Amino acid sequence: MKKELNIARQEKRIAMLDKTSIAKRIAQEIKNGFYVNLGIGIPTLVANYVRKDIEVEFQSENGVLGMGPFPFEGEEDADIINAGKQTITALPGASFFDSALSFSMIRGKHVDLTILGAMEVAENGDIANWKIPGKMVKGMGGAMDLVASAENIIVAMMHTNKAGESKLLKKCSLPLTGVGCVKKIVTNLAFLEIVEKGFKLLERAPGVSVESIRKATEGNLIITGEIPEMKI
Amino acid sequence: MNKKVKNAAIALEGVNHKMTLMLGGFGLCGIPENAISELVNKEIGGLTCISNNAGVDDFGLGLLLKKRQIKKMIASYVGENNEFERQMLSGELEVDLIPQGTLAELCRAAQSGFPAIFTPAGYGTEIAKGKEVREFDEKMYVLEHAFKADFAFVKAWKGDSAGNLIFKGTAKNFNFNMCGAAKITVAEVEELVPLGELHPNEIHVPGIFVQRIFQGNNYEKRIEHRKTRKKNSNVR
Repeated sequence: MKKELNIARQEKRIAMLDKTSIAKRIAQEIKNGFYVNLGIGIPTLVANYVRKDIEVEFQSENGVLGMGPFPFEGEEDADIINAGKQTITALPGASFFDSALSFSMIRGKHVDLTILGAMEVAENGDIANWKIPGKMVKGMGGAMDLVASAENIIVAMMHTNKAGESKLLKKCSLPLTGVGCVKKIVTNLAFLEIVEKGFKLLERAPGVSVESIRKATEGNLIITGEIPEMKI
Repeated sequence: MNKKVKNAAIALEGVNHKMTLMLGGFGLCGIPENAISELVNKEIGGLTCISNNAGVDDFGLGLLLKKRQIKKMIASYVGENNEFERQMLSGELEVDLIPQGTLAELCRAAQSGFPAIFTPAGYGTEIAKGKEVREFDEKMYVLEHAFKADFAFVKAWKGDSAGNLIFKGTAKNFNFNMCGAAKITVAEVEELVPLGELHPNEIHVPGIFVQRIFQGNNYEKRIEHRKTRKKNSNVR
């Protein structure tokens, strides 16, 4: 029984992306010369997989552009943190600035790409990721500004919740963070684009069938022709 | 013009019950530690605090929460604080959550003499309910009113008696935007240097936005999430 469970678990693992692979696929969307804002969670991992032959600068909305990796042990500085309140470093060419200027970069569309997590996305691009009514409300932080302003938003998320219910919906059930703003989504099952009539399936995770993506998607899934597998 | 005062107690003269206070910092980075300690000492209550975050249980604004000095909190993100959660869920604490960029801009608006701003953040969400919205160039915006505060407490790295300030790293955050955004701005600094030592080219906040400045002491500068990597790691 236990053995069977393990096999089932292993198969499940093969047939969908883990968080690292989601980050790797998203990293392929980052182009030379991009200024990128990374949210907390899977998006943070994306920085590790950006091609080394292109120039990219990461912005953290608490006030740094040109964010580098975590500091070496003993070199942490309480005055240099990211939006997740983690100690970070500043790369050569980095700059520090105030919160209003930071959101001028975001609201003024100077940041090229925003990558963030979501609890739900609707087929019209609505996103919910800040509040679960009845549970602890932590606040939206910069998420509402980011989704309302960015031209180019990629969401990193699991396709379904722990109960197996779709998180790609006709309509969000949770309080919205922003309306009609998501452009692309990378889940553990698929790479999708929001188009006029719903979620357009662009790529399948390796080993995942179109049928299983269809089953896991409550919103309108648009399938045109052969759907290629992602290359991770 | 001399803005220098001897200590936090003198710098906070006139701060009273039921006032609206702005406090700089992001998380625990760049918070006005000395002003917060003095607010705890003063035992004043019924305060409305405007700050991006609400500290942690035993540090930052968490110290004021613990003594029930805050009646209303205006912030963008209030996780990391159990006492906050308890007071909010029990209804003891009023909470107004505002998007971070809007929060910053409402400080800046107050600093700059704008009564209100239009922002796209929050349009179509529950935080825009009951607020005026308007379309500009085929995009919808929400009208948000500038803050009105009695005192702003900010913390800088260096300052001089004229009230000029320089910040370090990401501690600039809301400290920069809150200077001059309240009736009285009180700056505390790690290093109060003699007049003339700060080069005009380097000054972040001109002294005109600051009414009182003092040499802070015993800065803990607590790190919320200490993250490091090993010397031999080659992570980008």
